[in-house]
Amino acid sequence: MDDALVIAGKRFGSRLLIGTGKYPSHEVMKRCHEASGAEIVTVAVRRLDLSAKGEASLLHWIDTSRMTLLPNTALCYTAEDAVRTCRLAAELGMSKWVKLEVLGDERTLFPDVEQTVAAARTLVKEGFTVLPYTSDDPITARKLEDAGCAAVMPLAAPIGSGLGIRNPHNIRLIREVVKVPVIVDAGVGTASDVAIAMELGCDGVLLNTAVAGAKDPVRMAQAMKLAIEAGRSAFLAGRIPRKAYGSASSPLEGLVD
Amino acid sequence: MTLTINGERRQVADGLTVATLVTQLGVRGRVAVELNGEVLRQAQHPEVTLRDGDSLEVVTFVGGGA
Repeated sequence: MDDALVIAGKRFGSRLLIGTGKYPSHEVMKRCHEASGAEIVTVAVRRLDLSAKGEASLLHWIDTSRMTLLPNTALCYTAEDAVRTCRLAAELGMSKWVKLEVLGDERTLFPDVEQTVAAARTLVKEGFTVLPYTSDDPITARKLEDAGCAAVMPLAAPIGSGLGIRNPHNIRLIREVVKVPVIVDAGVGTASDVAIAMELGCDGVLLNTAVAGAKDPVRMAQAMKLAIEAGRSAFLAGRIPRKAYGSASSPLEGLVD
Repeated sequence: MTLTINGERRQVADGLTVATLVTQLGVRGRVAVELNGEVLRQAQHPEVTLRDGDSLEVVTFVGGGA
């Protein structure tokens, strides 16, 4: 059955998007990427370390024949900085797909949604395919869709917190109010968080620390892959309604005396 | 001439192009360059000659999720 994730007309066989930060080594990262099945991988844009001559490039460890690069604007705090980072990323990556992230607070890393919407408008005008990290607010999600974003990526919880989906009700509302793909981005701690996101009807999940920081990152990457598949299948299958009281699944008649 | 590269002041030979400078920095792999606040296209790197006092940002992809 074809159940591809389609973003801006491009089809992906996996609904998991994975990061490239905080892994114990490049080798482990590469094995995690393989185990996860992800076809979209986020990378950051930073100043070249002028003292580290000849250091192998990150891209050496990413199978770009199989994976789409999604440069991010991580740790940008203004629309202007985020747009500048995206322009540099486009020259680096030869593509105009970006994960837009404009933060508003250093402690929580919550997004500045006003700056995010402003940056999204500029980037869409410049021809970028914009996937914005945002709060779990349906109104902001709709503004981002109206700005021309190719998806919306509400947080489950603060970046790197591992707290899981703090407001499943809002995530479901976002899924209802926008037509573009909804990808839960940030705050996932373990496989069940991913399954819940998919059961809520989300189109995908983006995660990094939950895999990179696990005791056995490769095994966790595989767990995330299975959780995406399980949650998606459960969503498509349609869960039973919740009931307040018991309802036996065995016949009430024919009990032995 | 003196350039500011990623916030560091550096002495380099006069008349370098951006592409030559990048090679001299020992870069392996792809970089993007912003010259005095303007992002250069890759095709401009061999064409643009640097001048004394220019300020450059040289960036690359590094690991990161969010």
